[in-house]
Amino acid sequence: MALDKNELARLVAGDIPDGAYVNLGIGQPTSIARHLSPDSGVILHTENGMLGMGEVVGDEQADWDLTNAGKQPVTELPGAAYFHHADSFAMMRGGHLDVCVMGAFQVSAGGDLANWHTGAPDAIPAVGGAMDLAAGAKQVWVMMTLFTKSGEPKLVPACTYPLTGKACVTRVYTEVATFHINAEGVRVAATYGIEAGELAARLDVKLLP
Amino acid sequence: MRTQTVDALTAVKEVKDGDTVLVGGFGMAGMPVELIDALIEHGAGDLTIVSNNAGNGDTGLAALLAAGRVRKMVCSFPRQSDSWVFDGLYRAGKIELELVPQGNLAERMRAAGAGIGAFYCPTGVGTPIAEGRETRVIDGREYVLEYPIRGDVALIRAHVADRLGNLVYRKTARNFGPVMATAATVTIAQVSRIVEVGELDPEAVVTPSIYVNRLVEVA
Repeated sequence: MALDKNELARLVAGDIPDGAYVNLGIGQPTSIARHLSPDSGVILHTENGMLGMGEVVGDEQADWDLTNAGKQPVTELPGAAYFHHADSFAMMRGGHLDVCVMGAFQVSAGGDLANWHTGAPDAIPAVGGAMDLAAGAKQVWVMMTLFTKSGEPKLVPACTYPLTGKACVTRVYTEVATFHINAEGVRVAATYGIEAGELAARLDVKLLP
Repeated sequence: MRTQTVDALTAVKEVKDGDTVLVGGFGMAGMPVELIDALIEHGAGDLTIVSNNAGNGDTGLAALLAAGRVRKMVCSFPRQSDSWVFDGLYRAGKIELELVPQGNLAERMRAAGAGIGAFYCPTGVGTPIAEGRETRVIDGREYVLEYPIRGDVALIRAHVADRLGNLVYRKTARNFGPVMATAATVTIAQVSRIVEVGELDPEAVVTPSIYVNRLVEVA
């Protein structure tokens, strides 16, 4: 069986090393936080100036001076720290974050990431912190569906959408397979409800044995 | 120069048509709404606004945009579920957009405040952001040359100030405030409370008074 969104988030959470400093991108990656065990010692970074971010809360508990990158109200965990934006991005760019997990429109076999702009003429471009994360985090993981709604693969030989970062993605978590990417190429680390042969046939990317 | 404590309208009275205004906040957290309302009342137009987002809902920065006072937005993330004011102006061709990655936005203002002429940054290498820009390989890694962003005025929101203008912030509402405070000719801080000199713990001051020109207390 292919993984549902919840199972995929749990899978990614389980792969985050204990004690890691981690940034979870807006959208689906935010849900990974729910599956992190308190014993893991993982510390969440949010680009708007905080380490030790807790869970998303509802409006009744909201403190609107305490929000995540998606501008949802969150909580503060013991040991939290606040800092301004230049420090927050120095943390990323300076290589201090162990892992970031982002969504993507496309990932290339060489680890290029496209997740900020479809390039459509009427689209309003918005990049936020994605390029900074792609350039700075020690490991950039992507969590996405492997195929578009019309069935086109999103793991591609070369991105056709504008890039967010070059050769930065090291892992791609999808509902049917997990891929690891390094200088040699793309390797299938696990599959979920799909035969290796069918997976290879539906992708234009060469998969290492 | 000694920091003045004034009302919001007095604080913004020297903002001129065509000025570049740095506006604090990440979404509504840290947004100096009352200072922006005063700027709308004051009437300056043809402004370039530097802020992370391009307005949320209908208040604060969105209200300034709706009033037609902004010629250009410099920001990292204009497209949001509640950015209908900006979306309408952009699609109608009534506003210019310079999209800057969020960390570059912060660091370019930091550079302005710190007297740095330009810096090489790895963000955006190989992306459309870097097209046509000067790049350089340093120790085997490629970087893009980035220039400072200076403001004529910065409008920020902090939590508590003392009468000298030392500022402390509250939680993630700090965001761009401390950086913007350093990067503008005139920095105006809206705060919830002003205390007497000596009441703030010097170890806890985030923005030292040297960066703050005017204080506006908004309870």
